[in-house]
Amino acid sequence: MSKLVVTSIGPASSVQDGGRPGSQRYGLTPSGAMDRLALAAANTLVGNDLFAAAVEIGPFGATFTARGGAVRVGLSGAPRNADVSGRALAFDSSATLADGETLTLGFARGGSFSYLAIEHGIEGEPMFGSLAVNARAGLGSPYPRSLQSGDELKTKPASGAAERRIDLPVVADAPIRVVFGPQDDEFAEESKQLFLDSEWRISATSDRMGYRLEGPVIKHLNGHNIVSDGTVNGSIQVPGVGQPIVLMPDRGTSGGYPKIATVISADFGRFAQISAGRPFRFKAVTMADAQAEAKAFRELLRSLSERLRGMEDFGLNIEALRDANVAGQAVNAVDTTTWQVDEP
Amino acid sequence: MPETLPPPRLLPSGDAAITVEFSRTIDDAANRRVLALDRIIAAEPIGGVTETVPTYRSLLVHYDPVEISFDQLGEQLLARAARALPTSGKTRRWRIPVAYGGEHGIDLEDVAKALQTTPDDIVARHIAGDYRVAMIGFTPGWSYLSGLEKFLHMPRRQDPRLLTPAGTISIGGVQTGVQCLAGPSGWHLLGRTPVRTYQLHRDPTFLLEPGDAITFTAVDAKTFAEQDRAAEAGEFVAEQVEP
Repeated sequence: MSKLVVTSIGPASSVQDGGRPGSQRYGLTPSGAMDRLALAAANTLVGNDLFAAAVEIGPFGATFTARGGAVRVGLSGAPRNADVSGRALAFDSSATLADGETLTLGFARGGSFSYLAIEHGIEGEPMFGSLAVNARAGLGSPYPRSLQSGDELKTKPASGAAERRIDLPVVADAPIRVVFGPQDDEFAEESKQLFLDSEWRISATSDRMGYRLEGPVIKHLNGHNIVSDGTVNGSIQVPGVGQPIVLMPDRGTSGGYPKIATVISADFGRFAQISAGRPFRFKAVTMADAQAEAKAFRELLRSLSERLRGMEDFGLNIEALRDANVAGQAVNAVDTTTWQVDEP
Repeated sequence: MPETLPPPRLLPSGDAAITVEFSRTIDDAANRRVLALDRIIAAEPIGGVTETVPTYRSLLVHYDPVEISFDQLGEQLLARAARALPTSGKTRRWRIPVAYGGEHGIDLEDVAKALQTTPDDIVARHIAGDYRVAMIGFTPGWSYLSGLEKFLHMPRRQDPRLLTPAGTISIGGVQTGVQCLAGPSGWHLLGRTPVRTYQLHRDPTFLLEPGDAITFTAVDAKTFAEQDRAAEAGEFVAEQVEP
């Protein structure tokens, strides 16, 4: 039996997977990863099912130590400085920790959540088919709460498979796309336009239940109380103070504030990764466009295993490097052995 | 029931859910149509629909947009809604024990004062009610009941409490509710039930279904304590009775 021991970790870090949809009619929120693409990429790196349970790591640093045998991990999501016993590691790649070795992760850069998948998965007792932590409902395994230092994640010994990296599309720094509704008729046209025209920031008081937005006041036509109805990931509700709250995977299953719009499912993970304080905008799209994006996103998830590369397979990195430069990231140099990009 | 019920409104909740809205207000007839549509979708599943969530006035239908589009699903939902007439068919009825007042229901005296009557009268009226689970939401097992008599309608508290006990039985607005887990609430606390509407490792995990009929019965503190231990050990404690 190998295990990964959490030797230090910040808040907002927990075991998450694809979540537990199916019981929202009983008030049970689905929970699950904030950024499903990053979860799926981390799992793909170590040969797991796309939505197997992994460690969702909040913005602060963390360290993990392998005990009882080697442990193979995959890292994706918000990039960080990472090293194992002095060997620098790249994000979007796998690595094997020998027994006793420690993986050290720095602060998240350009995002909020990183995912650490463990080859063979994390041992635990599924509740409603999921290990995802939902602390308020006492759910989650191996611990029904955020991770703390000293926690142990049990798994099977590392396979010794060659390490891989994964070529992911460069994340566009584009507006977050929404479809209006279900209660956009509770807002005047000017309010809807103000919502689209304004620059928003995510408040530091945000959490896995909801992201509070800071920006102009969005006024209601008929007051802020509606009869509660159902919510989804990405519901943008506007309470009385007029500062919208975007509902996240630990949301209440019903809510009584008018919902002006909903983040499209393909953009939800990208939205979840926006750091507190960073400005961003919304853009309205049609239902047909949103559903076409949902299909493209599904195809991206399906293609992840085809995007795996050998660590030595550097020729293919040129494309990613070019994409990164096109996207405006200052990529100065690349270490060809680890695919480590220097910090700007 | 007339055959030409007005069609519900189809409201987009993003690209993977539709809110099927029957009313904008709390309306018992609308809630019955919500539950009827929920039942007909369970009986005649629609490919791509992953989950349905009934609320007072609408049915939230989660679906996979890769399998079915908004327009295709909307058509199917409207067709079913037109056929989904509320039935007077047999529903399950539960009798739920409640320890009213005192430490179990710290707002009972204040509610009686506000309504210019006695705590006993409040309890008698609450027990006399014939309630129905209109929806379950907010937190696991939190059951919102319709059927509260008008005399007991009260606005929510000005200052919602951040923590109210597990099993709280409360009133707020035109509703009464059975709360399962400890949590925040702005409603008035009349009592506590030992019944766990949600309990892990019990079969079923969730005791109540939307549409179930509910009556309350008063128990004393000693019985509450006994039943609370039995419920903790996995017993329902709630009694299923003939409709």
